[in-house]
Amino acid sequence: MLRTRIIPALLLRNESLVKTLRFGKFTYVGDPCNTVRIFNELEVDELLFLDISATREGRSPNLKVLADIANECFMPLGYGGGIRSLSDAKAVFDIGFEKVAINSFAEEEPRIISELASHYGSQAVIASIDVKKNFWGHYQVRTCGGKHNVRRNPVEWARELESLGAGEILLTSIDREGTWDGFDVELVKSVADAVSIPVIAHGGAGRVEHIGEVVQQGGASAVALGSMVVFQKKGMGVLVNFPDERELRMALYSSV
Amino acid sequence: MITIVDYGMGNLGSIMNMFKYIGVPAVATNDQDKISGAEKLLLPGVGAFDAAMLRINDSGLCPLLDRKVLEERTPVLGICLGMQLLTRSSEEGKMPGLGWISAVTKRFPATPGLKVPHMGWNVVAPTRESPLTRGLPEEARFYFVHSYYVQVDNEEDSILKTTHGIAFDAAIQHGNIYGAQFHPEKSHKFGMQLLENFARL
Repeated sequence: MLRTRIIPALLLRNESLVKTLRFGKFTYVGDPCNTVRIFNELEVDELLFLDISATREGRSPNLKVLADIANECFMPLGYGGGIRSLSDAKAVFDIGFEKVAINSFAEEEPRIISELASHYGSQAVIASIDVKKNFWGHYQVRTCGGKHNVRRNPVEWARELESLGAGEILLTSIDREGTWDGFDVELVKSVADAVSIPVIAHGGAGRVEHIGEVVQQGGASAVALGSMVVFQKKGMGVLVNFPDERELRMALYSSV
Repeated sequence: MITIVDYGMGNLGSIMNMFKYIGVPAVATNDQDKISGAEKLLLPGVGAFDAAMLRINDSGLCPLLDRKVLEERTPVLGICLGMQLLTRSSEEGKMPGLGWISAVTKRFPATPGLKVPHMGWNVVAPTRESPLTRGLPEEARFYFVHSYYVQVDNEEDSILKTTHGIAFDAAIQHGNIYGAQFHPEKSHKFGMQLLENFARL
């Protein structure tokens, strides 16, 4: 049986790793290479790197940092941030990453998803959706690091991305990101029920029980972890870590 | 020295990275002379079956590869699509495969609740001893990404099995011909063990 993938999602900003709270309030976590070395030793399932400044600064991926990462990592690697063409993606694949995540540019130019899928296969294409609740409690898709409200419904957008050829959906709740309060299970379930491709739940993980909850009740195929894997505890200092295997299995496979 | 056949499809970067990490010299090439002198061949591959076979045929390397593998008995390891190319045919395409091993490549049957591609970490079960899998711990797990699977004609050619709805051949061996459906270069210490085993053959 396939293991549920538990994926550290690491945020790159100017060659450093940072962690955010609701897409703001940057905390310095460390040097990407030292951090990935620790994750390599912890034998994590997969790693996802999101360059949160690339799109905002209008630049392409920082290939030097990515190459340093790929030289150290012997697990599946995904990258998102500033990819706007097949050649941007090719450069990332050539380094040794096997998945790219597309967020803002898919909204601008949806056919990038189809082009990537036909060249590299759907399994290499993660469509990333950032979601924020508006004043009336409606979910809305945001791009450009949460800045732009593109007035789309996440469920409809996820369906469209699937039909374009995306292989999985990275679904991030901006409201929960960095809070340790648990995933937005309702949001995850609405999207997971609407598409047949895997949904990676992201934003809000604070305890292993949250992971069990979003997988069992939300229908997430995989889970991305931020704060939990780079901080000791909420409000405490940096500590690169990964949940204990036994606790994880308990949370994932026990009936709730 | 491992010679990786670079026919233009596949993620060579990560395979080279792992060989570098475990201290095994490796070169990626499509040069006839280099392949001709190879001690060990590695056939990578990511993408569609027909596209890969077309590229291999167009490269003009086929007669040379046939000679190396079938006559000189140079050890060869096919990874992922590279393993499927070792078979006679694939339900993914119309082109004949290399046909170096008695096997076919089939599509996973649609099964409710099971996602295709089979993507993620899965445990493997050894079906017989093989130099390729020597020293792997119990519950060894590997990273898979594929929608098609290999089925050998002769069970003794299967060395590892995995289940995704159905049990299929995760690794195969027939004499000097080896295949791994998963990605050893993305499978931590398990993959390192397997690639080291291949390097030591």
